[in-house]
Amino acid sequence: MYSFDFERPTTVADAVAALSKEEAQALGGGQTLIPTLKQRLASPSVLVSLSAIEEIKGVCNDGGVLNIGGGTCHADVAAAAASDFPALAKLAGNIGDPAVRSRGTIGGSLANNDPSACYPSAALGTGATIVTNTREIAADDYFQGMFTTALEEGEIITAVKMPIPEKAAYIKFEQPASRFSLVGVFVTKGADGVRVAVTGASEDGVFRWTEAEVALNGNFDASALDGLSVSGDGMISDLHGSGDYRAHLVAVLTKRAVTEANG
Amino acid sequence: MAEVTMKVNGKTVTKSVKGNTLMVEFLREELRLTGTHVGCDTSQCGACTIHVNGKQVKACTMFAGEADGAEVSTIEGQAAPDGTLNAIQQAFQDHHGLQCGFCTPGMVMAAASLLKDNPKPTEAEVRHHLEGNICRCTGYHNIVKAIMAASGQDVSGIAAE
Ligand SMILES: Cc1cc2nc3c(=O)[nH]c(=O)nc-3n(C[C@H](O)[C@H](O)[C@H](O)COP(=O)(O)OP(=O)(O)OC[C@H]3O[C@@H](n4cnc5c(N)ncnc54)[C@H](O)[C@@H]3O)c2cc1C
Ligand code: FES
Ligand code: FES
Repeated sequence: MYSFDFERPTTVADAVAALSKEEAQALGGGQTLIPTLKQRLASPSVLVSLSAIEEIKGVCNDGGVLNIGGGTCHADVAAAAASDFPALAKLAGNIGDPAVRSRGTIGGSLANNDPSACYPSAALGTGATIVTNTREIAADDYFQGMFTTALEEGEIITAVKMPIPEKAAYIKFEQPASRFSLVGVFVTKGADGVRVAVTGASEDGVFRWTEAEVALNGNFDASALDGLSVSGDGMISDLHGSGDYRAHLVAVLTKRAVTEANG
Repeated sequence: MAEVTMKVNGKTVTKSVKGNTLMVEFLREELRLTGTHVGCDTSQCGACTIHVNGKQVKACTMFAGEADGAEVSTIEGQAAPDGTLNAIQQAFQDHHGLQCGFCTPGMVMAAASLLKDNPKPTEAEVRHHLEGNICRCTGYHNIVKAIMAASGQDVSGIAAE
């Protein structure tokens, strides 16, 4: 690891000030960034830890919208969402392993936008709003391709507002070595209709499978998806699975998610 | 360099550390608490598992500066001062839950964290909880058995010794 200065502010304002320094970078739970630093793939001069900022931690239900602090760890989301939004609790409670869940944060996961990460599908699948220190960004505008987001340099995710859908489910086909999703599908049915968000599959990162949404808006049943498929073109192809295999999983997992959402 | 102060196994320590000092380096090299092992250094194996403010974390994937002001427990703090093993450690010995022992400190710390929140876990819950802890020797069955036994449950039905 290259050397850097370490700062641990206790307010968002102080963190924003610290991040305005040359080559400064935010540290969430470090579950992605620390391995990256060890590989010398990042070389910040100042690392600004967000872990002591209480105002960006915690979860509350504001009249049907789950407001999750950007610095809330996966384990705390899993516990807090258990009764109000069980599909999200299940997603958070199956990220990595218990140690990853005690450190890793929702803000870090969404800022990183790993193409195989779980949270991006929940944010896109619920039509969430990403709240930063300067603005609010709709999930539909936020994700801009693999490891790419609408965030500006030094911008901090302070909260994520997720409308709690009437029905929802997340089905993850786990890549057993990394425990990330080989493919994961988050399906919701809410006031504005059905959303189907797919992670792990596309080379462009998380995406909405609009054809399936149209079919499910007509009939929210797995049978509505009979005959629908996605193309393997543009799907991630690696030693864990070919693009065609991932495309096949998208259709299978979407059906399973609809069935689970219907309970 | 910055000063960090934390309570490790009940003892307050203050040291000056570099920004990029990992928690596991701090424990092993500054405090000479070498029971916390480094297996992979890539947050995969769990050999470095400790508790920070009661939460299970991988010490190879956390900076010492993040633990400033925290309460930390490591494997060294698990047995009684006279060396009497705690229930989990004793169960690992009784049920042959270790062979080379390299993964064991992490396994014991992970188990302690599970049993604190879930005092009577099912076998499936134990296995789910151990997903971040890799053992190259035992094949896991006896580790699961030891943890179930430490929780006071009948383990006669779990795999063979
Ligand atoms: C063994 C293992 C298994 C895992 N399995 C899964 C899995 O199954 N599913 C899954 O989704 N993820 C998985 N992860 C990733 C994990 O969820 C990470 O915690 C997460 O991707 C990054 O969050 P973090 O808080 O640790 O961020 P960090 O690693 O600290 O930071 C990641 C990036 O986000 C930036 N950042 C951090 N916080 C903020 C913020 N609030 N605002 C703006 N930018 C910020 C940082 O500058 C950095 O660029 C796994 C990780 C490990 C080590
Ligand atoms: S050494 Fe920390 S997880 Fe392997
Ligand atoms: S006992 Fe040898 S690695 Fe687990």
